[in-house]
Parts: sequence; structure tokens; C-alpha cells
Amino acid sequence: MIEVDRLSKRYGERTAIEGVSFTAVPGQILGFLGPNGAGKTTTMRIITGYLPATSGTVRVAGFDVFTQSVEVRRRVGYLPENPPLYDDMTVVPYLRFAAKLRGMRRGHIPGAIERVVHACALEKVTDRLLGHLSKGYRQRVGLAQALIHEPEVLILDEPTNGLDPGQIDEMLHFIKGLAPNRTIVLSTHILGQVLEVCEKVVIISDGRVVVEDLLANLTRGQRLDDAYKRAIAGEPARPEAH
Amino acid sequence: MGTTVTIANRELRSYFTSPVAYVLMAAFLALGGYFFYALLTAFNQMLMIYGMLRNPEMLERFNLNDMVIRPLLQNMSVLLIFIVPAITMRMFPEEKRAGTYELLLTSPIRISDIVIGKFLGGLALVLLMVLLSGFFGLLLLAYGNPEVKLMLAGYAGLLLMAVSFLAIGTLVSSFTDNVVVAYIGALFALLVLYTIGWMGETVPVPWLQSVIRYLSITEHFQQMLTGVIDTRDLVYFATVVGVSLFLAHRSVESVRWR
Repeated sequence: MIEVDRLSKRYGERTAIEGVSFTAVPGQILGFLGPNGAGKTTTMRIITGYLPATSGTVRVAGFDVFTQSVEVRRRVGYLPENPPLYDDMTVVPYLRFAAKLRGMRRGHIPGAIERVVHACALEKVTDRLLGHLSKGYRQRVGLAQALIHEPEVLILDEPTNGLDPGQIDEMLHFIKGLAPNRTIVLSTHILGQVLEVCEKVVIISDGRVVVEDLLANLTRGQRLDDAYKRAIAGEPARPEAH
Repeated sequence: MGTTVTIANRELRSYFTSPVAYVLMAAFLALGGYFFYALLTAFNQMLMIYGMLRNPEMLERFNLNDMVIRPLLQNMSVLLIFIVPAITMRMFPEEKRAGTYELLLTSPIRISDIVIGKFLGGLALVLLMVLLSGFFGLLLLAYGNPEVKLMLAGYAGLLLMAVSFLAIGTLVSSFTDNVVVAYIGALFALLVLYTIGWMGETVPVPWLQSVIRYLSITEHFQQMLTGVIDTRDLVYFATVVGVSLFLAHRSVESVRWR
């Protein structure tokens, strides 16, 4: 469960996001959409506790990100826009490092590594240097890192970025498989991906949430493209609202 | 504690998976070896000249500690000014560039785990480097008769100096996301710390003079080179390390709240 309430972030004079509110519930993948620079990454960074907000609150699994930061970080798996990889490490030691950072017990780590290596199809590259991996593999190692401690909340910033079409399908399918008992927020600017996996959509434009709705409602009688374009242009996203 | 060790381990490994550790150690030991050779040759020549002049009084005054070990340690301390920033310069900028800083800061760990872990990783490399340079001292022990206690005090001084440099380098590194800035910034800070004592002699105000002398790292190092291990000097080195790491903690924290 993620509850974002009137979140604002200013960098000096520039306002990155303003009054952003939405809710994500377990079992329902939330697609976080918006043009580049709309504030998607900023919002996700605040949810994960990487950046402080200027005002507003975020609660993750019932814990406040600002006052109970450690509790939140324990429960969140985060794949940043650029996978956070150490190029001079190989896959398994890197995952072990990530597991230890998450405070996993020593005895649980080998099993967890085996699980995510299999889940993210990394078997072929386990002893390769991360710096030598293709973009697709880097993205998958990044996802493996986010999953290693079986977090109840997953924040994925453009998880399909840099993947080829076949890999995108695999990745989305895989993420969908994770959904049943997890809260997942997935940002993307490719609308087709939303149709495939998300049940709920939040569209952000110029730092403000312009749509928060179930995908089924948005696409009733129209294509998602049109709803999206209307929302970005500042018109009501649902035609029947006229 | 466990997380600190995890981070220290990764830090130390990263020095050895790249050529950084080898290049720095090779440079330090090769130059150190050259200084050692030059000092020892000069010492031998002096002995020979005064031996031929049959001047036993002068010969009495010559000893390995004053003429080889002390200048050698002094020269190596200058080398450290240039070497240590190269160890610390990547600590934070590299994480920020690779995006791994986000992994660290969104993990349920304390900021002190990050700062102290990185410091300890660098410390292991510095310790290794200074210990390897102890080889020069061992050679003197094997073929000459230096005063062991004096030599050990001097090496301890060099080590404390290196650790202080490392803490300052860690601090400067935490300020920036640029490796060059981190190197030059640390180099600048260390050079100021090393040479600030020079001002002490020309400042006309007596109390300011003693303050500057206390701040000067060379002042405390000199004490140990003469074989004096004074608590005041130990407190000085501990303070430099403590204050630097505290400020580094603050600087990392400043991007977050709490």
C-alpha cells in the first residue's frame, strides 16, 4: 500500500511536482505515466526515501517515509531509471552485496540469489562483469537487486527502458507475475505497456496529477492514446465527463 | 556493524579490481625505495669520508635514525599528500555517477555505515601501503643497528598521518560528484594542513602562533619522528579523523532529511 498525499518538491525556484496525490494498493499494478520531465522520477525518488519532499506526506505499508524512513526502506524494492550497478562486480557478488544492504540474514542469501537469478533469467551471465553486460541484462540485474529481499512494495522507474521487444514482453509478463501480493508502481512513457499489465493509471503532467483512474474506466469507448493526449492537454480524460 | 563491514569490503575490492590499488602502491613504494636508496648512499659516503679523515668524534654523531629513517619518513609523508587523495577521490563521486548512490541511500542502512565503511575500506589499503614500506626499516635492521623504538614511533607517526589524510579525503569526496574536484580539493586541503605551520613562525601574535602550531599536522608528526609519543599528538590525530568523518556524515545526510 502506498499513499501519496499532496506531495510537492521544489528545487530552489523550480517546482518539480506540486500537490501530487494518489494511492496504490496491493495486487493492482499502477502505471505511472507522463511526458519526460513531468516529475515521475522525482515522485518515485521521494517515495523510496532517496529525496526529501518540500511538503506533503507519503505512507508506505503504513509507515511514514519521512519519520519512519528505515521501516519504509526495508519494505521497498527500487529499480531506479539507471540500474544502480557496480561495473567492476560480477552478478552474484553484486546481488549478495544488495542482499546484505537490505539486512538479509546470511543463511537466507544464497537461496534468495538463486531465486532472483532464475526469475530474471540471469543464469547465463552470473560470472560476467556488470560493466560488460548488455542494456537488457543490466536492466534485469537491476530488477533482481530490487527483488532480492522479497519486498512488499516495488517501485520500478521505466523497467523496460533499453530492452528489445521480446525482452519487453518477458519483463512485463514477469512483473505481472509479481503483482498478486505486492504493491507495484511502474513508470513508463510507452502506453502499450500500460495496457498489458496495469490496472490503474496515474498520469502526471507538469508536476501535477491530471488523471488517477482505473484503466478500464479510461479506455471505455476510447483508446488510451486519446485519453492520454487529452489529459496532457488539460482536458478531461473521460469523454463522458463533458 | 555488519553493514559497515559489507561496505568496507566492497570499497576495498573496488581498489583491487581496477588498477588503482596497484598503481598507487607501486608509485608509493618505488619512490619510497628511491628515497631510501639515495639517503642510504649519502649516509655511506659520509661514513667513508669521515672514516678516511680519521675523525671518530664526527663518526660518533652519525646514526641511521637521524640520517636515513627520519628523512625517509618525512619524504614518504609528502608522497602521501599526493597518493591519499587518489584513494579517496572515487569514494562518493563514483557512486553518484553510477547511480549506486541511490541503492545505498534507499537501503535500510545508516549513513554512518556508508561513511565509516568507505573510510575503513580506504584505511585497509593505506595500512597495507604503509606496512609494505616497513620493508625499508627491516632492511636497516638486518644490516645495521638503528634504534628500533625510535623507528617504530616514526612509522606510527606516518601511519597516523596517513589515516588523518584519508579522513580528510573522505570528507572532501563526500562534497562532490566530480572525481577531479575530489582529488584537487583533498590535495589542497592536505597541502594547507601540511604547510600551515610555516605561518606559525611569522605571525606576530603569540597566542595565534601557538594555535597555528597546534593545527599544523607536521608539528605533531615531528614529535613522533623524534620518538616522543605524547597523548596530545594522539588526541590531535584522533580529532582530525573524528571531525572529518562527522562532517562527512553531515554532508551525506544533507541530501536527505531526518
